[in-house]
Amino acid sequence: MIKIKELYKSFENKEVLKGINIDIKDGECVCIIGKSGTGKSILLKHMIGLVKPDIGEISINNKIINNLSFKELQKIRTKISIVFQSGALFDDQSVIDNVCMPLIKYKYNKKKNIELAKEALREVDLEGCDNMMPSELSGGMKKRVGIARAISPHPDYILYDEPTTGLDPLMTESINKLIKKIHREENLTSIIVTHEMKTVYSVASRVIFLDEGHIKYDGLVENMKDSTDKTLLQFIAGSGTLH
Amino acid sequence: MKNFFNYPIFLIMSLTENLGKYFLLVFLSIKTINQWRDNLTNILNQMISIGIKSVPIVIFTSLFSGMVAGVQAAYQFDVDTGFPVTAETIRYLGSVVGTSVVLELGPMITALVMTGKIGATISAEIGTMRVTEQIDALEALSYNPIAYLVMPRILAATLMFPFLVIIADFFGIVGGLVASTASYEPLTVSMFFEGISIYGRIEIDSILGLIKALFFGFSIASIACYKGFYATGGASGVGKATTSTVVVSCIAIVILDYILAALLL
Repeated sequence: MIKIKELYKSFENKEVLKGINIDIKDGECVCIIGKSGTGKSILLKHMIGLVKPDIGEISINNKIINNLSFKELQKIRTKISIVFQSGALFDDQSVIDNVCMPLIKYKYNKKKNIELAKEALREVDLEGCDNMMPSELSGGMKKRVGIARAISPHPDYILYDEPTTGLDPLMTESINKLIKKIHREENLTSIIVTHEMKTVYSVASRVIFLDEGHIKYDGLVENMKDSTDKTLLQFIAGSGTLH
Repeated sequence: MKNFFNYPIFLIMSLTENLGKYFLLVFLSIKTINQWRDNLTNILNQMISIGIKSVPIVIFTSLFSGMVAGVQAAYQFDVDTGFPVTAETIRYLGSVVGTSVVLELGPMITALVMTGKIGATISAEIGTMRVTEQIDALEALSYNPIAYLVMPRILAATLMFPFLVIIADFFGIVGGLVASTASYEPLTVSMFFEGISIYGRIEIDSILGLIKALFFGFSIASIACYKGFYATGGASGVGKATTSTVVVSCIAIVILDYILAALLL
């Protein structure tokens, strides 16, 4: 279970998150949506300890992670993986080496690591791409390798930071299907930051709408349209206005 | 008017903040040195990249700077300076060239060239990793980015710089020998080498040059790692970090050179 309590975060006097409270139960598939610059990715990075809150608490499985040392955080991070917006693959390593990276920490032998990495690559339909370098991959393939790297150590939680941004509609659809498949088959808790409503409708059971540092909606996907919040309704309809 | 007075205060605060962050990063990377076994492949790769792959450029630059030293020393002997030119005194030309190469030219030219080659590369590599979230990814995968990225580079540069300076010293002296014997006919090869060891200090001077190299290697790599590690603002941020690495490293080398000369000589 991931619990966020009264979370505040500012950057250079700009308050990004203003008192966020979220409870995410095990097995849920939650989409965090909102306009660009509303702090969605920052919120996600708090959940894996990459960003520390100014005020507030983040706990994973009832363990507060705010002030943990690097070593203690390492233990927590064995249960939680993140897929970055850009893929964040290591440029100087091949696909298989990238996917093996989290496994090396478990001190398995090399053969077992490669076996697990190949299994993860199979999961994301990238069999046979083991020796390719990140520079040889398309945007969609990079995201898939990022997902393979995240699922290879079999985590309990998986965080996706805008997994479909910059992809064509067909690739977006296939990544959405992949997220759904992984969520179901691996029995994970998935948290997806996105601004694509297509992703929300196809994978999420619950939606959190962030606006100006506050949560404006937290509920089921099907009830979203009943919200009275104007910005959310505009966001759903995709009809932004210029100010 | 208010901005006019605020600017120096801002400058001092920014300098203090940057120095604090730099020393903290250096301290944290020294603290992770006990993890060298886990990062041995990284350290060896960096040693190859910083050391072995820099040998050709070090040979080239030191050979020519040694030749310049030789030509200039011969010129000073050749012009009418009132210095009595005898078979005895000509040998001093070797001493002048040898001492300047091992004590100053070898370490200094190598450091300045390496600032452009190694410093810029390290800063651009780590900076790109920072802006493309690869450093965040490392941390999320339970790797300590300082132990994985910073420590191997600082360690490799500190260890490989003396090795590069030995090569620079050798080729600098060869260049000096070739140029000075070519420019100043009374000087022979044997006279040049007699001159190098005339004071019996060339070994000590070489060691002092190598001590300088240790400091230069450490400072170039640590400045580059610091600039890259805290790079922000996408591709242009990486460009700024790289430029700043070269400028700051050059200044640091010149200052360090003076401090070390004052302390060691």
